[in-house]
Amino acid sequence: MKCDNCNKTATVHLTEIKAGKKIEKHLCEACAAAAEGLPVKSHMPINELLTNFVMAHSGMAGKEPQTLQCDHCGMTWADFRQNGLLGCPNDYAAFERELTPLLQRAHDGATHHVGKQPARRGGTGLAVRRHVDVAKLRKELQKAVEGEDYERAAKLRDQIKQAEG
Amino acid sequence: MKLSDLTQHAGEWLRGSGPMSETVISSRIRLARNVAGFNFLTKCTRHQRQALEQKVRQVVLDADLAPQTLYVDLEQAPDVDRQLLVERHLISKPHAAAEGARGVAIGQDETVSIMVNEEDHLRVQVLRSGLQLTEAWEQISKIDDALEDKLDFAFHPRFGYLTACPTNVGTGIRVSVMLHLPALKLTGEIEKVFRAAKDLKLAVRGLYGEGTEATGDFYQISNQSTLGKAEDEIVEEFGRVVIPKIIDYEHHARKALVSEKAVALDDKVSRALGLLRNARLMATDETLLLLSHLRMGVHMGRVKDVDLRTINELFLLTQPAHLQKMQGKKLEGDVRRAARADFIRARLNGR
Repeated sequence: MKCDNCNKTATVHLTEIKAGKKIEKHLCEACAAAAEGLPVKSHMPINELLTNFVMAHSGMAGKEPQTLQCDHCGMTWADFRQNGLLGCPNDYAAFERELTPLLQRAHDGATHHVGKQPARRGGTGLAVRRHVDVAKLRKELQKAVEGEDYERAAKLRDQIKQAEG
Repeated sequence: MKLSDLTQHAGEWLRGSGPMSETVISSRIRLARNVAGFNFLTKCTRHQRQALEQKVRQVVLDADLAPQTLYVDLEQAPDVDRQLLVERHLISKPHAAAEGARGVAIGQDETVSIMVNEEDHLRVQVLRSGLQLTEAWEQISKIDDALEDKLDFAFHPRFGYLTACPTNVGTGIRVSVMLHLPALKLTGEIEKVFRAAKDLKLAVRGLYGEGTEATGDFYQISNQSTLGKAEDEIVEEFGRVVIPKIIDYEHHARKALVSEKAVALDDKVSRALGLLRNARLMATDETLLLLSHLRMGVHMGRVKDVDLRTINELFLLTQPAHLQKMQGKKLEGDVRRAARADFIRARLNGR
């Protein structure tokens, strides 16, 4: 997508609702920064800031790995960036590093799955024990402590200990 | 069960009797899943796509997920049937318009639908009337378990359930609630809801989901992030915090209308009823808007002689594919608008 003002690629996408009407703006970095009052990247998560910082200092800034390709399905990073859809489950491993900042933007800074897990994996057909979700238990523990529910907190602490073996 | 059996009445989700049904039309949860060992559909050959469709179709039908499961082969189905399924919220617009081997399984009074070969290999949906997110989550999680018993889903310890689009990865869950907010629209307060929803990183869409405008004061609110939060957390936050707040807000606006603008309110409602009972040509959007005002009037006790079930059914049965399916022929332009007006008059005048 091109910037509304110039011919550069638009990287800042804004949706404003004014008097019941939806206004969409697509701008490049420079035009977005020039436009007054636009909240450019005000919600940039800290990890992404750090990643950008490291990349800037290793001379990798701004270079998208266009030639990167999944050896399983043949999907290239450039193709994915154009269409927004991946080619196979292996792409998540093949493009892990490149996908991470995108995932953070789409998922409110999150990079790791929390929640339901399949009871069995890998096509072996063998049932495995449903994994106890330690991250979730920790969150609940924190809530219990905040709510001064120490009985529940103690129980959760034991569950976490057991799960971590 | 046949597809034509569906046209006579509205599905369970339009029953209009669920919790908070005066503002909440329906609660919907969908899960995106892909079968391990297959590419996503973008990189599937025609042959692989067919093999996948057959495999999933067999599993879905064998798993006996819901009594009386109907499977519709969408590659073979005529246009009007696919449109009918979109109007009933059983398939998405892109699924209706796509090409190649694909289908949908529908069961249990249309509360369950499983799209096969949409953007992901499986898109499982549970749709219930009123605010029933917890119930919907319990139901869909059981269906997911039953499917997982027969299929290996693509899963990664860090990324969770793997989906074609990274915006669905993780839980693959989309929780949406369809709200009817006519008073917030009339009082101009609806924009505050939009702003609040945006701050909470929620999407607000129209009646038929992605890319559709809000018509007839119906708004679909759904979560956007699927990674880093457990399913029950998302469901809980929605059902106990976000949606009740919006409902309160709508109720507040309705009360304000009665106390400050009762005559204008009754005028709006009476005009809607008058037009619906008398007009001879009716367009789809106009119908939705008038039914919306009438629905609000009935809920607020301003209109006594129309029941809610009739209104809810009219919302659905006046849609283009439903009208055409009921009449058994293609209807276009003024002929269709006349058929719609006739149908509404007959229903509202008790014939």
